Amino acid sequence: MKILVCISKTPDTTAKIAFTDNNTKFNEAGVQFIINPYDEWYALVRALELKETLGATVHLITAGGADTEPIIRKALALGGDEAFRINTDSQDSYFIAAQIAAHAQQQSYDLVLTGKETIDYNGSAIGGMVAELLDQPFISIAAKLELNGTEATVNREIEGGEEILKVTLPLVVSCQKGMAEARIPNMRGIMAARTKTLTVVEPVAADTLTAIASFELPAPKAGVKMISADNVEELVKLLHEEAKVF
Amino acid sequence: MSVLIFADQAQGKIKKVAFEAIQYGAKVAAQTGTTATALVLGEVDAAELSALGNYGVTKVLYAADSRLNEVESGVYTKIIAAAAEQEGADVIVFPHNFDGRAVAPRVAARLKAGLVSGAISLPDTANGFVVKKSVFSGKAFANINITAAKKVIAVMPNTFPLEKTDAAASVTPFSPAINDADFKVKVSSVQTVSGEIPLTEAEIVVSGGRGLKGPENWGLVEDLAKVLGAATACSRPVADSGWRPHHEHVGQTGLTVRPNLYIAIGISGAIQHLAGVNGSKVIVVINKDPEAPFFKAADYGIVGDAFEVVPKLTAAIKQLKS
Repeated sequence: MKILVCISKTPDTTAKIAFTDNNTKFNEAGVQFIINPYDEWYALVRALELKETLGATVHLITAGGADTEPIIRKALALGGDEAFRINTDSQDSYFIAAQIAAHAQQQSYDLVLTGKETIDYNGSAIGGMVAELLDQPFISIAAKLELNGTEATVNREIEGGEEILKVTLPLVVSCQKGMAEARIPNMRGIMAARTKTLTVVEPVAADTLTAIASFELPAPKAGVKMISADNVEELVKLLHEEAKVF
Repeated sequence: MSVLIFADQAQGKIKKVAFEAIQYGAKVAAQTGTTATALVLGEVDAAELSALGNYGVTKVLYAADSRLNEVESGVYTKIIAAAAEQEGADVIVFPHNFDGRAVAPRVAARLKAGLVSGAISLPDTANGFVVKKSVFSGKAFANINITAAKKVIAVMPNTFPLEKTDAAASVTPFSPAINDADFKVKVSSVQTVSGEIPLTEAEIVVSGGRGLKGPENWGLVEDLAKVLGAATACSRPVADSGWRPHHEHVGQTGLTVRPNLYIAIGISGAIQHLAGVNGSKVIVVINKDPEAPFFKAADYGIVGDAFEVVPKLTAAIKQLKS
């Protein structure tokens, strides 16, 4: 069994969001970077659980410059076996998906896992695109994944509930909460990660279909109107007559 | 050149997010001087189909095939791509809901179309084809230029208020060539909580945090939600403690909601929680701590004990509604 986990470098959830270069670039100054939480807590840890229970090789792939290597090493410290970094700064999801698909085609994975989205660009795009490029089934926003030989049972979230799906591997799944419990790397893992193979791959030719024209920050709130706890009727009146929400 | 809209359905009913996508697609068509067609996959009540004209499309393609009642992303992708080819569509619009997230990226990859997921503006075509979306989990916006000839736009739910008309659409059967073997993913069961308003579609959301002290106190939240016709939600610690199911968790690592009214009870307002709710049009915060950071993001605030304030609020709204 060979599993590929796609990981992305994102700003920490508490990072202050600001932009430079006339609002065309994210300001990385002073920002702590992490593995995208969905990629780490759910996709990677589920892959590691499958490795422990069924025996599997877990490969990691990311796209980015040399500055992504600390998060790759952390993913290796958690238990990934080998990592690949596609050397590109592209932010176009199709371009990245084409790189991952090209790599996956060579390696013939049984399972490709991604997070349900990254917490920076919130695209929810890579898993579906990779599946299409590989002509494989895709299950989005999965909260549970069990394997029985080559048969997968996957719970997929839908409005107000979930579907339980059955499919034969190979398969691409985007993962969310419920899939696995977050882990912290231990010292042995951190030491072992130093000597695990991290291969830098130059990107293959692929189209870029979108470009970020600019960023904006939301307009600040006008300020909160405080109402006395003894006067909830006033709040109801404001919501009804001023905000007109009911 | 035309616009094709994927009109998502569940259990034979077209979803509200699909109406929003249809209206969006019809506006893109009007803006670019072309026509808009909605595509419905799976069996749907006949009355639902022509009523899609209410949201601006003149034509509905309808694939009445029971095998399509649930989403199989690979099969849906083939069919949507075939419909796009038949209609000469170069813009394809999806709702950015669970099904949209399953299918839109596949369709984009298949057609080599540029994708913007979670669109919150109509395209600005003055300088390219620029669509605004929320990024950094609601902490900022990005204007994305789709440079490819074909474009896929997944529209953020609850962003574009519906403007309903009486217009009807013509319904044309659509029979894509699909085989049973194409259905690689099989649905073994569907479990939905009936009668509940889907959180991502709700116009009003009442949400509770750790300030409510335990799951036994959720009646407060539910009673208020009931008088408002609202969906209920919770903060991450509440879901993590098992007080409420995970599908109610809103925030950076949970669901993003954009209701007209978000009422937060006993939630301090950590930055990760705010990321999931700051698209809400009006935010009301009820918290006993006057220093709770949530007040800075709120429109209306009450400093007080939820156990006293919320029942009074529920009663006052009940009175207004009667």
